[in-house]
Amino acid sequence: MHSRRLFLKNSALAMFGVGAAPGWLARTVYAQQAPQRKKILIAIFQRGAVDGLNMVIPHAEPAYYQLRPTIAIPRPDGTQTAAIDLDGRFGLHPSLRGLKRLWDERQLAIIEAVGSPDPTRSHFDAQDYMESGTPGLKATPDGWLNRALTREAHPAPLRAVSLSPDVPRSLRGSNEVIAVGNINDFQMKDTEAAAAFASMYGGTADRILNGTARETFEAIRIMQSIQKRPYTPASGAKYPNGRLGQSLRQIALLIKADVGLEVAFADVGGWDTHVNETGPQPHTGQLANLLRDFGDALGAFSLDMGDRMEDVTLVTMSEFGRTVKENGDRGTDHGHANVMFALGGDVRGGKVYGEWPGLGREQLYEGRDLNVTTDFRTVLGELVSKHMGNTQIASVFPGFSGARSSGLLQT
Amino acid sequence: MRTVGSVAAVALLLGPAFAGGWKIKPIKASANPPRYAAFSRLLPKDERFGHAIEKLTFGARPGDLDEARQMGLEKWLDRELHPERVAENPALGPKLAELESLQMSAREMYLHYPPPQMIAAVARGRANLPEDPELRLVVSRLADRYLQKQDSQAAAGADGQAIGNPNNANDDADLAPRIRLSDILTVEQMETLRSGRPEDKKRLLASIAPEKRLDFVWALRPEQRRQLFTVAPVALRRELMLSVNPQGVVASDLTEAKLLRAIYSNRQLEELLVDFWFNHFNVFLNKGGDRYLTPAYERDAIRPHVFGKFYDLLVATAESPAMLFYLDNWQSVAPTAVGPNPNRNKRGLNENYGRELLELHTLGVDGGYTQKDVIEVARCFTGWTIANPRKGGAFEYNDKVHDKGQKVVLGHVIAAGGGMDDGLEALRILADHPSTAYFISLQLARRFVADDPPPSLVNRMALTFGKTGGDLRAVMQTMLASPEFWSQGAYRAKIKTPFEMVVSAMRATNADVESAFALGNELQKLGEPLYRKAEPTGYSSANAEWVSTAALLERMNFAVALAHNRIPGVVAENADWRTVGSPDFQRK
Repeated sequence: MHSRRLFLKNSALAMFGVGAAPGWLARTVYAQQAPQRKKILIAIFQRGAVDGLNMVIPHAEPAYYQLRPTIAIPRPDGTQTAAIDLDGRFGLHPSLRGLKRLWDERQLAIIEAVGSPDPTRSHFDAQDYMESGTPGLKATPDGWLNRALTREAHPAPLRAVSLSPDVPRSLRGSNEVIAVGNINDFQMKDTEAAAAFASMYGGTADRILNGTARETFEAIRIMQSIQKRPYTPASGAKYPNGRLGQSLRQIALLIKADVGLEVAFADVGGWDTHVNETGPQPHTGQLANLLRDFGDALGAFSLDMGDRMEDVTLVTMSEFGRTVKENGDRGTDHGHANVMFALGGDVRGGKVYGEWPGLGREQLYEGRDLNVTTDFRTVLGELVSKHMGNTQIASVFPGFSGARSSGLLQT
Repeated sequence: MRTVGSVAAVALLLGPAFAGGWKIKPIKASANPPRYAAFSRLLPKDERFGHAIEKLTFGARPGDLDEARQMGLEKWLDRELHPERVAENPALGPKLAELESLQMSAREMYLHYPPPQMIAAVARGRANLPEDPELRLVVSRLADRYLQKQDSQAAAGADGQAIGNPNNANDDADLAPRIRLSDILTVEQMETLRSGRPEDKKRLLASIAPEKRLDFVWALRPEQRRQLFTVAPVALRRELMLSVNPQGVVASDLTEAKLLRAIYSNRQLEELLVDFWFNHFNVFLNKGGDRYLTPAYERDAIRPHVFGKFYDLLVATAESPAMLFYLDNWQSVAPTAVGPNPNRNKRGLNENYGRELLELHTLGVDGGYTQKDVIEVARCFTGWTIANPRKGGAFEYNDKVHDKGQKVVLGHVIAAGGGMDDGLEALRILADHPSTAYFISLQLARRFVADDPPPSLVNRMALTFGKTGGDLRAVMQTMLASPEFWSQGAYRAKIKTPFEMVVSAMRATNADVESAFALGNELQKLGEPLYRKAEPTGYSSANAEWVSTAALLERMNFAVALAHNRIPGVVAENADWRTVGSPDFQRK
């Protein structure tokens, strides 16, 4: 760690020439000598509404098998094509095999029948509500993950990062956020222009632009120092090539580089499986492929992070669940409640949280979907307050008066 | 800066004195709290020309300042306020004519640029091929491709494309091509595709034989495809897009037209106002049916009214299928009503439109309404719906699901049995409300003057709004006749939005924009993808919204790319990154 910080300092000073280093730059470089290790929250959004009932299989429910004659994952029997039993009631999709180790090590917890109180089955609205953290209210200008950050006088420029081309709804707001499809894109290739802009903006009397540009060049400098170094994941961790794997690889890199990351966001799509959710056999096909990438990415991240997982909690979400009954196209349609994963050192894993409402006809929401028994804000709120230590939960989830804890985290 | 208070000049601009008698009393500038002192210091007379151009256009072209000086300020302002009297730039028409969807109805767009759902339906034998022979070919090829994709997906690995992400309109995800790229291109050509300059890529595209183009485009990865689209001439690019993602053509036509008009139109204030009002009454292009409903929304509901009466604008947006879809009112039914399909239609009252109508469109969040008013307003609009909402359908009033009871909106009783007129009556109550006059004036002043405009100005504008029955041209006139507009407080007080910055760069450098497709992509990088603000607030004009660490980097990178002619479709010979990327250029 020490050598990296020295490297940062030297490269920063070299960028401007030692004598010419502006005061603010010297300050920030030296300030980094004693970084505070902050807790980190990573939010993963599965866009398109993943079929939670085939991600975590309620294999003790006869209704699951009755309503899904062709796409149900078989009851656990130890084979590669069946669910992997967790607790006698639920099992992982066989593509999520890589996560069983994390379950056994009690790093991974599962929250069942979780979702939004809003009834919408529109992807757009449901994602919007989950990301703004205010179901039913459309005009909320910012996102829950941005509000989860506390106000600081001198925030680290890379405290909030999204691995996406645009700042996602979850992270929009008054705290600075950097969104990059790939962290290598965050740079100015033209070094002459970079130097000229640095002095132009450093010298302007325009206070807004001057102040922000200072942070811009600091962020560029930090990114440069990271971009230059080859990254080898620890413990032989292998990130899959899909989008989520590559996003998590870069998040791991940022965490290990101690850039002051506090929250990170990544999303992955393809879950809207109306048609051919499974192949001819239930454990194959679109969903199986997506889940393999998903599980392998989470598994690789956890392995790569090693002990640093103590500071990290990763949570996954998707806008709503899918119909319990399969449709005529070997797929499922838009439903209601879903499943979330929480992974990390603070998590009391190896347990399925949430009240299971059952799949009997009279137990279903509107006679067709899994009922919501846990508000998603209960889970996210607990992570914000207990993991991140931001107790101003009423401003992170305004108007939410539901349960504040599900016992998910160690305190 | 030295200030010269030219009271006489301002008095001239102010025009006739305002009569009282309305609820809002105008305040003299001197009565503003001390933090507005800069709005009492007038700009030197000579600086007002440049100031007017910065504030009321998308930025000066070379020569614009001299022209304004010759014309005189009053005549110049009058021209901007009466775009119908201004001859349009002859360069604009031919550029817009290439974007064929612009003149179509939403329904025609749906038929000419079908959505993936329609293609899937054809592929699965649940819908017929279109009659039009050309379109028939396009759809049958896409349906073929759809089936091939379904087959290959079972075997192929996950591609990780963000399908289902509302921000990603292009569902043209990866698919193992029938013909591999290496079978079509030489090694050198592959290299050009990977890292060539735009002009080399353009040549590469031109060298592909027409009969091979389709295979070529399908063999590309989505990212390569998007890059190649940026270098193609407009007509060819539209043809190629039509063969992989027809729906995307509607979106790109709309985006490009907005950029082209802003860059080339001689009716600059009108274009600024269309952008302002679109954001005020925001809809989101990528939400379901709005992919086809948005172009007509801007064209038919927003544009004709920006210098008209606020009530007419309000009604046009309320009745527009785009807004009905975006804020879900099309699904809103009286709690007691039963739809044709009881399982799907038991949603009941949907308050989303009612809430945003009060909070964002008219009264403002502090405008003095209650949750009860939201519900009452929502009840007025039950039955305002859309025929075929996802297929470019039109407004329809369905009396069967309308709430027939009496409503009370902001203390006004709307008698039972009013039918569709309940909604119109609610709009009238809202348009006539003093809070609306104030809120609309405030929003205009925030956009055209400064983030925190002085109350004296806003009140004066609100008074005009009230006296003229919401005449938006008169409100703008009042703003332009106010000393606060011509003050140090307003001078360069705003950070340009990315859209304004990009367009002003084109204008300042006299750029030749052959295609604005790449500029649309640049705006996405800069944080303002056009027509894609998901929240009903629309894009904010507040400075804080547009100044962030990442955004500044993108602005600087944009300046460098422009100066090095690396933005396809744009030739800006005089562009200098030192100018376009400078702090000064970010302000207006």
